[in-house]
Amino acid sequence: MAKTPVTFTLNGASKSVFVEQGGNLLDELRRNVGDLSPKYGCGQGTCGACTVIVDGQPQLSCLTLSETIDGCDVQTTSGLANGPDLHPLQQAFMEGFAAQCGYCTAGMLMAAKVLLDRNPSPSREEVAEAISGNLCRCTGYEPIIDAILSAASGNLRRSS
Amino acid sequence: MAWHKGRGFACINYPIGMNLGGDPSQALVHSTPDGKFMVSLSSIDLGQGMKSVTRQIAAEALGVPVADVYVDTADSDTGPHCMGSFASRGTHRVGNAVIRAAAEARKQMMDVAAEELEVNANDLDTDGQGSIHVKGAPSRKISVAETAIAAQFKHGKTLSGRGIFLIPPSDVDDETGEMTPVTTYTHAALIVELSVDDETGEVEVHEINSAYEVGRALNPKLVEQQLVGGAWMGVSHALYETTEPYYPDRRHGPVDFNTYLMPGAAEVVPHNIAVLERPAEDAPFGGKGPGEMCANPVLPAIANGIYQAVGVRIDTLPITPEKVLRGLQAQGGAQPKRR
Amino acid sequence: MSSVEFRKDLFADERDDTLKEIGKPTIRQDILGHVTGRTPFYDDHAFEGLLHMRCVRSPHHHANIRRVDASAAERMEGVVRVVMPSDVPVNLNTLLHLIGFGKDDEPLLADKKATYIGEPVCAVIATSERIAREACDALKVDWEVLPHVLDVEEALKPDAPSVNPAYPNNTFDYGRFDHQKLRFGDVQEGFVQSDVIVEHMYQMSPIEQAPMETCGAIAAPETNDRIVCYTATQAMFFSLGNTAKVMNMPSSRLHFVGGTVGGGFGGKVDSIVDMMAVLGAKLTGRAVKFQWDRAEEMQVGAPRGAERWYIKDGLSKDGRILARQFTGFFDGGAYTRLSSYAVQKCVGHLPGPYTIPNVAANVYLVYTNRTPATAMRGFGVTGVDFALECHMDKDAEAVGMDPIEFRILNAYRDGDMKAHRREAKNTALVECCQVAAQKAGWSLSPAMMGESSKLGSTPERAAIPETAIDQEGLIGARRQGEIPTAPAVRSTGTRPAGQRTDARVAVAPQVADMQIDPDRVGHQTKVAPTAPMSAPSTTPAPMAAVASAPSIPATPSPQPAFAPATSSPPPVTPAATESARETPFQRGVNRPGLSPFLSGRRRR
Repeated sequence: MAKTPVTFTLNGASKSVFVEQGGNLLDELRRNVGDLSPKYGCGQGTCGACTVIVDGQPQLSCLTLSETIDGCDVQTTSGLANGPDLHPLQQAFMEGFAAQCGYCTAGMLMAAKVLLDRNPSPSREEVAEAISGNLCRCTGYEPIIDAILSAASGNLRRSS
Repeated sequence: MAWHKGRGFACINYPIGMNLGGDPSQALVHSTPDGKFMVSLSSIDLGQGMKSVTRQIAAEALGVPVADVYVDTADSDTGPHCMGSFASRGTHRVGNAVIRAAAEARKQMMDVAAEELEVNANDLDTDGQGSIHVKGAPSRKISVAETAIAAQFKHGKTLSGRGIFLIPPSDVDDETGEMTPVTTYTHAALIVELSVDDETGEVEVHEINSAYEVGRALNPKLVEQQLVGGAWMGVSHALYETTEPYYPDRRHGPVDFNTYLMPGAAEVVPHNIAVLERPAEDAPFGGKGPGEMCANPVLPAIANGIYQAVGVRIDTLPITPEKVLRGLQAQGGAQPKRR
Repeated sequence: MSSVEFRKDLFADERDDTLKEIGKPTIRQDILGHVTGRTPFYDDHAFEGLLHMRCVRSPHHHANIRRVDASAAERMEGVVRVVMPSDVPVNLNTLLHLIGFGKDDEPLLADKKATYIGEPVCAVIATSERIAREACDALKVDWEVLPHVLDVEEALKPDAPSVNPAYPNNTFDYGRFDHQKLRFGDVQEGFVQSDVIVEHMYQMSPIEQAPMETCGAIAAPETNDRIVCYTATQAMFFSLGNTAKVMNMPSSRLHFVGGTVGGGFGGKVDSIVDMMAVLGAKLTGRAVKFQWDRAEEMQVGAPRGAERWYIKDGLSKDGRILARQFTGFFDGGAYTRLSSYAVQKCVGHLPGPYTIPNVAANVYLVYTNRTPATAMRGFGVTGVDFALECHMDKDAEAVGMDPIEFRILNAYRDGDMKAHRREAKNTALVECCQVAAQKAGWSLSPAMMGESSKLGSTPERAAIPETAIDQEGLIGARRQGEIPTAPAVRSTGTRPAGQRTDARVAVAPQVADMQIDPDRVGHQTKVAPTAPMSAPSTTPAPMAAVASAPSIPATPSPQPAFAPATSSPPPVTPAATESARETPFQRGVNRPGLSPFLSGRRRR
């Protein structure tokens, strides 16, 4: 099967890969690049576990053709922490008990990061809206919403 | 055409552990050279917090800080047998096995500490901070690390323990159903406040007030996680979920999350919980498993609330707008019930 | 916004709240891995040249398999192997064989007939998931469609198609009967004495566990002729044991790794994916992944099974439930999986947390031509609790009582006899009702707020009544002619009052060193043996009973009026519980006395 060369940045580092035609970004990241943080939850674009950030937009990597990311900037939860320093969202999820099984967490964090990057002080409704494409079966969502809000308020304190 | 408010009540109990017993779990505990403790299990953490709760149980039973304990779950080469994470058995069965393994390791630790301090082991206690001291004389002490080093490098002794916990299997009498199903139960009671739209049949849950009795909240935040998430699942079961919407007809089964419905992040129901703790005699530090029972009372409470709101009894799950509307049509509109 | 409060004031006299690590909101051990995306789930183990395995599934509810033509699939580039039923070393199993419960009734790959839509009949192992899917589509199965049955009550009729060859009557066997019975007292007599009868039917449809991680496993040849299996199982040795049996392989040759699972909720106990992946690794000598996609998870993965309930209650005018009768049908789908267990768990749960002098239940596990059912959060109880608590609401209305007060009036108390013939102890339903009402601002009468789980049992409530029994529903009888499914239609005998066997309690620690110091257990307990335990004896030592026997005072506690001489230790009554406080329990003890509700001293 013909393969297409694709170059993109993943969490700031340049990656060049040959991707299969019709292959999706989730498989590409997990199997070929070795970034295991995005998860397979449905392969249908209905659960959000595979959410990554492409050029600042939250994107379902299971529905993203690998060929389309040539030249793009891709971020995943693997790159969320700054070395040993956790991102405020990660800290807030930890302290707020905002994960149980943890399978949806990486996708949630990506959706939340896009929100906070755009809107550092979102309302509860805006948070719920931002993660509405990400399903969680364990927590009932409230701890996740609370954690994102608490990370946001932390951001505000830091920037002021 | 209007929204009608109603509230419904339900209460339940729930059996802890595999029905009829016969479901052992084992644990192994051993110390590293410098007195940190590893707990080896083959029990599964599927989000409920098995690793975390057994870590706290081991720390408490050993008498060391929780930071000095690490739990490894589920490598069948190193973790001893466990029936599995189901039937609300994890905390009760595995927790007890961990206590026994930790007790045995602690006994060895205290014996070595006694030799080092030249006192009787019965006169020693742990401070939970990493030291072992003479009761009533906190300054006569030795650290757990020193004890472990002495044990292994001076005395040639392990600080390790084995634990198993079993409720022996019970028979069931086929004529009367006589049996010992389990040895302890959790309890819950819950009130749901909701509204029903008599035009669309839609049900909106506004608030839940509940009391859950869990034996002991071994980690209050883990209990909270279960109760909040579990009640959410109860709302979801009551109003949305099924793989066969026209059961027993097999058609129209959902195959994705666009057709298998669950409430989303914007539909969070405020839930005010009271946790009651009546320790069970044979449970680890009295703690029963809260994980399974928490959804159960929500389903009937919602059905009962709908009846109070519009006078329609929905006796089939899930309670879809279609069923509510059919009920409303059959009785000629909403007939709110006053209590 | 939600809130949580801990009512430490309640049952404070039974707890030591000065423990060091227990009761602390310690951060989860696994959370750092979750938030950094480093937690290793089964699918996060990379293998070079990983193969993908998928199943060819039945499109029919019920059909004979005449012929399978794999030739086109086998010729496809990237197809490594087509797996047929004959490749499965032991192609008939039942999950609970591990505890000796039930007959082998389910093939891993159906060889003679398919009994539900989605049943796997063969599998393809290929170099990519896409090729595996395409090869499955290319496989041709010649079907002979058979009549099917989807309704539990239809399936009991004599002319219904037989679903599962191991259980040709479409019902699981419980002893001599085609259903599990529960008999306590005489419900027919109870109904006669009742002023009000409330009777209704309830139905729960199947529910999917829907963990965010679908079921799956990766198996690969390991050194020393072993196979390693990375698995999402909820039960490591359950999966290992079942795989060893189906693969006819010593368990020592299997190495299962897991323990970190992306949600389960009961849907990851069935071990099917583990067996399939190990089979694939064995046949190909390479790493093989078998993973359900979301559609399979929802329609082929076993759900919480449907249940149908008929409940009939007899009540006195003053709101006491005098008799309660259940007829229940668990829809097991085509194979047993764990539903056989759910029925008994359910029967042990009946009649709910209430003390009712006459109880009868007939609960059936019925086979139908649908996806087999299995465990889910609340297994065996969620469905009947829905039915029960809806019914309680109707009962309360029928006798004109407040629904919460009606529950408290009928709630079980410490020392009451339950329908499965064991004493209730450590109960807390009354307090839960009171606290929930308080939180919601639902006012209860002072009398009801003064009730306590520790009080209210009487010798009558603690007794086992004379019980009407019958022989209805012997295995196979139902298929020979229509017989009603209601319980106790013809009482054909009695069990004498008071008759019961011993309750099972935990096996004592193997050696004394495994016994935690009694003053460190953190709660009131009668478990305090200090002498070394004897080696395991043939009869498991009833730990609590052995230890407590000397501490129970000679003064007789309220006994069942007609407790037999051969009865087990005296029931745990309020009196016995009081005496138990003599046993070690010293640290930080706070004994404020009885329920704060009694003194009118309430929190907030």
